[in-house]
Amino acid sequence: MAANTRNSANPAYGAHTATLRNGWEASLLAAGEFRIRLFGKWVLASGAHSPAELSRRLSQVPRATKITFDTQDLTAWDNILIEFLNKLETIAGERGVSIDRSGLPGGVERLLALARAVPERQGARRTQTRPDLLTRVGAGSQTFVATAADFVGFLGEACVAIGRLTVGKARLRRSDLLLAIEDCGPSALPIVALVSFLIGLILAFVGAVELRRFGAAIYVADLVGIGMVRELAAMMTAILMSGRTGAAFAANLGTMQVSDEISALQTLGIPPMEFLVLPRIVALVMMMPLLAIFANIVGMLGGLLIGGVTLDISPVAYYHQTSGAVGLNDWAIGLVKAAIFGAIVAVVGCWRGMRCSRSAAAVGDAATSAVVLCIVLIIVVDAIATVLCTTLNI
Amino acid sequence: MSDPRTKRAPKAHIVVEDLTMAYGDFVIQHDLNFTINKGDIFIIMGGSGCGKSTLLHALVGLQLPARGRVLYSGESLWDAEPERRDAILRTTGVTYQGGGLWSSMTLLENVALPLEQYTSLNPAEIADLASLNLALVGLSGFEEYFPSEISGGMQKRAGLARAMALSPEVLLFDEPSAGLDPISSRLLDNLILELRDSLGATVVMVTHELASIFAVGDNCVFLDSETKTQIAVGAPRQLRDECPNPEVQRFLRRGEPTGRHEDTRGAAGARSGAAP
Repeated sequence: MAANTRNSANPAYGAHTATLRNGWEASLLAAGEFRIRLFGKWVLASGAHSPAELSRRLSQVPRATKITFDTQDLTAWDNILIEFLNKLETIAGERGVSIDRSGLPGGVERLLALARAVPERQGARRTQTRPDLLTRVGAGSQTFVATAADFVGFLGEACVAIGRLTVGKARLRRSDLLLAIEDCGPSALPIVALVSFLIGLILAFVGAVELRRFGAAIYVADLVGIGMVRELAAMMTAILMSGRTGAAFAANLGTMQVSDEISALQTLGIPPMEFLVLPRIVALVMMMPLLAIFANIVGMLGGLLIGGVTLDISPVAYYHQTSGAVGLNDWAIGLVKAAIFGAIVAVVGCWRGMRCSRSAAAVGDAATSAVVLCIVLIIVVDAIATVLCTTLNI
Repeated sequence: MSDPRTKRAPKAHIVVEDLTMAYGDFVIQHDLNFTINKGDIFIIMGGSGCGKSTLLHALVGLQLPARGRVLYSGESLWDAEPERRDAILRTTGVTYQGGGLWSSMTLLENVALPLEQYTSLNPAEIADLASLNLALVGLSGFEEYFPSEISGGMQKRAGLARAMALSPEVLLFDEPSAGLDPISSRLLDNLILELRDSLGATVVMVTHELASIFAVGDNCVFLDSETKTQIAVGAPRQLRDECPNPEVQRFLRRGEPTGRHEDTRGAAGARSGAAP
C-alpha cells in the first residue's frame, strides 16, 4: 500500500483527521484499485478542493486502473462535492482510469450522472477573441454607416407617414394623439417654466454686471430678449424635452417591442409607424413652439425681476426696450428652430425605441442613447442654424 | 448525504398558519393552513388569478401577508429580524414565471452571483461551480450566452440552475412549465424530480398543469377563487379520486364530468360537462 495523500481545505486544522472539517485521502489497494476516502462536510461553506493534487497522485501510480470511493465518514455534501468528482472523472477519463461510482451516496451518483449526461452542444460555446484595433475600427465604422442609413430610412418612413396623415389616410387613434399632446405640452409646463425663468435670471445677472460699467444697464432687456427668443428658449426646452419625452418615447416603444406589442400591431396589418410613431412626432412638433413661446415669456420675466431689483429698471421701460429689440424675424427663427428640435427629439426617441432589442437592459440602452443623440443633434443643428442666420443676415 | 427518498415519518419543513393575503382591503386568499413536508414536492394549484403566485410571494418574503404565519422549520419568517429572515430565505431557491434572469449578465454570471455574494470561494471555483450547475440543467456550453439569446425553456432551466446555486433546502417554482411545449415541460418535471431525489430538497411548485401535478406532486393545496380560501389539501391522485368538492373535481378533470376517468369520454362529454 502506497503512502497516503491527505488533503484538507483547512490546513490550519493540521493532520488530525478527527478535527478536519473535510477532505480526502487516497490509497492504492491491490489490483490497481485506487481508493479515495472522502470525509467530513463537503459543503459550500467549507470551501472547495482542487483536484490537481489528485491528478499528480494518479500520475505517480501508473498501475492504477480503477477508482473507487469510500464515503463512510462523509457527513454532508452539496455541489462542492459534485464539482470535485466531476473534475475527477474528467482527469480519470484522460488517463484511461475507470471510475466505479457505486461507493458514492445515491444522490451524489445520480447528480454526477446528470451533470455528465447532456453532452455539450457542439458549436454552442463561444470562443472569445479580442479583434485587433484595425478590425474594431472597421467594424465600428460599418456599424456607424449602417446605423446612419437606418436612421435615414426611419426618417423617410416617418415622412411618408406624415404625408399619409395630411391626406387623411394614416391609421392612428385620435385619443392616442391627444394623450401624446397632453404629455408633450401641458405636463411639461412646470419644468419648462422653472428652467427658463432661471435661464432668464442668469442671463440678466451676467449682462447686468458687464453693462452697468458702461452705463448701458437698460440693454439687459435686449440681451435677455434676443438671447431667449433666438437661441435659448428653443434649445433649453428641447434639451429638457429630450430628457423628459425623448427618453420616455424610447423606453415606452422599447418595452412594447420586448412584450411583443409591436409585433401584434404588425400582424394585424396596422403600421406601427403610423399608429405609434406618428402621434408622438406630430404632438411634439406641435407643442414645442408653444412651449418655446411660454419659455420666452417666463425667461423675460426672470430678466425683468433682475432688472427691477438690481438695476432699478421699471417694468414699463423694460417692456418697451424688449419689444423694440426683439423683432418678428427673431421670433420666427426661434419658433422654427423649436419645431425642428421637436421633430429631432420625437424621431430620435421613437427610432431608438423601435430598434430596441428584446431585453430589459436593451430598453435602458435605448433610452440612454436616445437622450444623448437628441442633445448632440440639437446642439449641432442649432450651431448650423446660427451660423446660417448670421451669414444670411436674418 | 442521506438518501432522502427512504420512506420514513414525514417531517414538517414549511408550515403555513392562518395565512391571509390582501392588497389593501382586497383579500386575495384567507385562512390558509397547510404543512409542507421535508423532501416532498408540494403543489399549489387553483384556477387562474386565484392567488397562487401571491401565496408563493408570501412564502419567499416578497409580500407581507395581512395575517398569519409562515414557519420554516418552526421559525416564523415574517416575525424574524431582517437579518434572520435573509438567512432563512438563503435556504430557499426560487424560479420565476418569466425566468427572472438578469438580462445584463451572461448565464454564467447569473448563476455565479449568489455564489460570489454568499460563499468565500475564489473566482475560478465559482466559475466551475456555476458551470456545473448549468451542466446539471443541461446547459453546458451556454455559459457566455445572455438570457435574451436562448429559448424560453432554456431560460427556465437557467433560472433553476441559479436557484440551485447555493444548494438550497427548499426550491420554489412559479409556473415552471408555463410557455413550454409538452416535451420540454415533461423534461423539466423529470429534472425537478431527479434533483429532489438527489439533493433531498423540498420542492414547492405553483402550477395548473395537470400533467405535472399528477406526474410529480406528492401533496397539494387547492386554492379557490370563489370562496378565496383553500378547499382541499392532499395527494393529487387521491383528491381526484376521492375529494367530494365539485370545484376540485372539475379542475382535476379539466371540466369533464365527475365519476369517470378523463379521456374515456369523447369531446362531447367534455363540452356538456363544462356546466356546473
